[in-house]
Amino acid sequence: MKSAVIVFPASNCDRDIAVALEKITGTKPHMVWHGDSDLPQVDFIALPGGFSYGDYLRSGAMAARSPIVAEVMRRASAGVSVFGICNGFQVLTEAGLLPGALMRNAGLKFICRDVKLRVENAGTRFTNAYAQDQIITLPVAHHDGNYFADEGTLKALEDNGQVVFRYVDENGEASETGNPNGSQHNIAGIINANGNVLGMMPHPERLIEAELGGSDGRALFDSVLNALESA
Amino acid sequence: MIMDGVTQIPDKTAKNEITPEMVAEHGLTTEEYERIVAALGRAPNITELGIYSVMWSEHCSYKSSKVHLKTLPTEAPWVICGPGENAGIIDIGDNQAIIFKMESHNHPSYIEPYQGAATGVGGILRDVFTMGARPIANMNALRFGAPDHPKTKHLVSGVVAGIGGYGNCVGVPTVGGETSFDASYNGNILVNAMTVGLADKDNIFYSAAAGIGNPVIYVGSKTGRDGIHGATMASAEFTEDSEAKRPTVQVGDPFTEKLLIEACLELMASDAIIAIQDMGAAGLTSSSVEMASKGGVGFDLDLDKVPQREEGMTPYEMCLSESQERMLMVLKPGREDFAKGIFEKWGLDFAIIGKITDTGRLTITWRGEIAGDMPIASLVDDAPVYERPFVAGVKQALLKAGDIPAPDDYGDALMKLIGGANLSSRRWVWEQYDHMVMADTVARPGGDAAVVRIHGSEKGLAMSTDCTPRYCLADAHEGGKQAVAETWRNITAVGAKPLAITDCLNFGNPEKPEIMGQFAEAVAGMGEACRALDYPVVSGNVSLYNETNGTAILPTPAIGGVGVMASIRRMATVPFKRYGDVIILIGESKGHLGASIYLQEVLGRKTPEELGAPPPVDLAAERRNGDFVRPLIEEGLVDTCHDLSDGGLIVALAEMAMASKAGGIGAEIDAGFISPSLAVPLHGILFGEDQGRYLIAVTEEIAADILRRAEAENVPAVQIGATGGDALVIRHEGTEAVKLSVSDMTSAHESWLPTYMSG
Amino acid sequence: MKARVHVTLKPGVLDPQGKAIEHSLSDLGFEGIGGVRQGKFIEIELAETDAAKAEAMVEEMCKKLLSNVVIENYSIELEWLKGV
Repeated sequence: MKSAVIVFPASNCDRDIAVALEKITGTKPHMVWHGDSDLPQVDFIALPGGFSYGDYLRSGAMAARSPIVAEVMRRASAGVSVFGICNGFQVLTEAGLLPGALMRNAGLKFICRDVKLRVENAGTRFTNAYAQDQIITLPVAHHDGNYFADEGTLKALEDNGQVVFRYVDENGEASETGNPNGSQHNIAGIINANGNVLGMMPHPERLIEAELGGSDGRALFDSVLNALESA
Repeated sequence: MIMDGVTQIPDKTAKNEITPEMVAEHGLTTEEYERIVAALGRAPNITELGIYSVMWSEHCSYKSSKVHLKTLPTEAPWVICGPGENAGIIDIGDNQAIIFKMESHNHPSYIEPYQGAATGVGGILRDVFTMGARPIANMNALRFGAPDHPKTKHLVSGVVAGIGGYGNCVGVPTVGGETSFDASYNGNILVNAMTVGLADKDNIFYSAAAGIGNPVIYVGSKTGRDGIHGATMASAEFTEDSEAKRPTVQVGDPFTEKLLIEACLELMASDAIIAIQDMGAAGLTSSSVEMASKGGVGFDLDLDKVPQREEGMTPYEMCLSESQERMLMVLKPGREDFAKGIFEKWGLDFAIIGKITDTGRLTITWRGEIAGDMPIASLVDDAPVYERPFVAGVKQALLKAGDIPAPDDYGDALMKLIGGANLSSRRWVWEQYDHMVMADTVARPGGDAAVVRIHGSEKGLAMSTDCTPRYCLADAHEGGKQAVAETWRNITAVGAKPLAITDCLNFGNPEKPEIMGQFAEAVAGMGEACRALDYPVVSGNVSLYNETNGTAILPTPAIGGVGVMASIRRMATVPFKRYGDVIILIGESKGHLGASIYLQEVLGRKTPEELGAPPPVDLAAERRNGDFVRPLIEEGLVDTCHDLSDGGLIVALAEMAMASKAGGIGAEIDAGFISPSLAVPLHGILFGEDQGRYLIAVTEEIAADILRRAEAENVPAVQIGATGGDALVIRHEGTEAVKLSVSDMTSAHESWLPTYMSG
Repeated sequence: MKARVHVTLKPGVLDPQGKAIEHSLSDLGFEGIGGVRQGKFIEIELAETDAAKAEAMVEEMCKKLLSNVVIENYSIELEWLKGV
């Protein structure tokens, strides 16, 4: 699988996602600097976590206006898989590739901890290696992960199965106690209507081996490989 | 102390007369001023006075502490660079070096907790990456005032957010540290930040400038009027009106820092750099003076070339500005354009602001005129060194457990400790720090030592920060020993070999003989422990004058230790992992309750006399016990280990149970096994803080083997019980002295801090 | 010419920071407080001397970067600078 990781100024999970991609897909991704407008021909584009432009103005706002993101948008409309984690998710919403916005956590504090997620749609190219409704553990690490969209958008997301991951509690319920940041409908990750652009706040690349405390993130990358092989 | 009037000084500062008031405002004594006049052969101008005052401040010159610091051991075969550079360096094999240091940012954090703490993290990061290391972990040691003091909550909230705000953005995981509360810090909190970095052993950068005529380069952020005289502020006592002096606090820009890290590391991969140094306290002045002094050369600086953020800055302001995220470098001639290209790619300022000379002088020009001209040697080597008078501290009497009341109810006493201010869970703090970025954190916060994997290998790096200030107050010598020993023990408890320490020595006003006595004794105690444990000091920082309105903080020599393990697959952690494991206590339990947290928090004792002497640290036993435990972990026999510290055996057991997953694995022990002959009373066994002890939990077969080995090696080890059930049960003479469910303990333990902070 | 841009959350969008500020203000003893909403204030110096053109340009900035139209509103003020 050929992949690319977009590096913005003050991206800081670019190495983490690159290591995960290499470990799981066997191929090193291209690291593409934000100022470049050339993006190699790839099957998978990752927008990493971090604090692009210091999260100044709004998280992801300035990165979303960089030349490389214009190219990412063209590739996305051509059907290439685009995956944004954390700050990458924020960039995708700011760029309009995904609906809604990510606002300040309801608790107003940065939060880094493992959370439980329910896989709400295992039929996507990013989640086929998970079981439908599987409960998985992944860490979150963000200040602005509180998903917001208007009622109409939320309804459309729910109706079309575009909510891919939802925060749940110990009992697997999408309750208030299971919601770390106040996201509407406990939304942790969504996919676009075409099914090729996924954004999520939790970090699958941080839990891909037992030594780091778990490997529930692995199946996401396996899914992308599966989808590519069967295509 | 702080020059409020500085900005009003007219342009031709060089012509200004220096008055005795100006000398005093710069924190210089009359004798020190006379020394400056003698060094220059004339009266200084205001810029020169400012430069001398920061270079000769306690913060930069270590004038009160130097004579004592010199006694600390700083060498070992694995030490590459000891104190004196930006940070200390140790060799961990495979051409890899670990570069680390801890530094205080106490006063700025009290005045403006968010920015003070944030810039503290930024400063210590720069100390480490300036030497060629990629920072791989941050730690911090925080001391706040009493929880019920009106400012405490605000300070906790601001400091924690500031540390997170900076560290999270630069993408370096904050993996551990400590947070505690004591009324002595009410008006003077401590924020000690530590950074650990990884470098190639053959690509380390130092600060000694070399090559007459070579260009001096300024990179990073522009210079503004931030933090003028921060170094002098860190060298004077706090008074009520310090709080009105907010403009001296710098504002951090972690975004720029992240770019600066990447740009510097990119340039460091080439051969363009001769010397590099960050601009920390006293900014451009101290960095250029240190680089020139170490290289035995002079510097010509043209202030008009310095990138400036504000208009109309005077030479005084430019030289003393503590604007953050700036570095100074000496490049090989002809490599300027190459280096400039890298910094421009990262959107950072790059300016050639001067050159190296053979004059041995720091010569500053501004608007075509000389604004300052000083012999470098006088700024560094002529700085006064004081052998300040000191008196030995009062040694508190040894208290016998038998003379100390037992609690009415052992379970209630335990709940009070684990659910109280100082031993409750710090989750509220470390969940605000990204402790997993870089994807190598293998032991997350909350354990004995944090462990990060050395990227791309199986090796692990263990880190711990420790100090027990109440021990230091009762006996600074034993307290100094204990702080060093506890980091050594914590690093051992995860299975790593402790290699070296950094220190952050926080004390009161050194001009008071009793404070100087605390300092001298603590340093002597630290040195003794370092020698006994082969655990040298490679870097550090001294923070004196931590007093408010004449009241000093508890003596707090915070220690940051670092160790290495061969494989993170053979690492021990705190939680109980299996039902039916045998619990073994290693080390001798004499029931020492003096200066214990039990006396302080359960019995409510406050005065040093009531608290008595701290537990003595038998360094030979410490080393023997640790050297016994570590191989057990390295061999893969032990995966569950916890050191005993605050609160003694019972708190350690509770912590192991509470940390276990899936609802909690309990334990049942019989206190009778621990001290059958010594006749130590139960509260001494349970709450005593005897040093050099560990708890391990292993399967029955392994337990038998370990007990045999302990006997053969003369290490005190006793089987005290087993894991099981969902409660902590302690039997004593046939009765159940304690029975507490793990879930009840956990909810008390986890709720104190969040409840306090939301109240 | 100087432009002043105020960016505020749209009515109806939850503002946890505003709520926290409101809470702190009442803690400090200020009575009769409600509806606290926080936002951003951005100043921009412009070389443009034509007010209509300047306004159009800042409007464009707001749409493209300064605000997120999903959650935020903006308003623009223009002021002549001395000597321009």
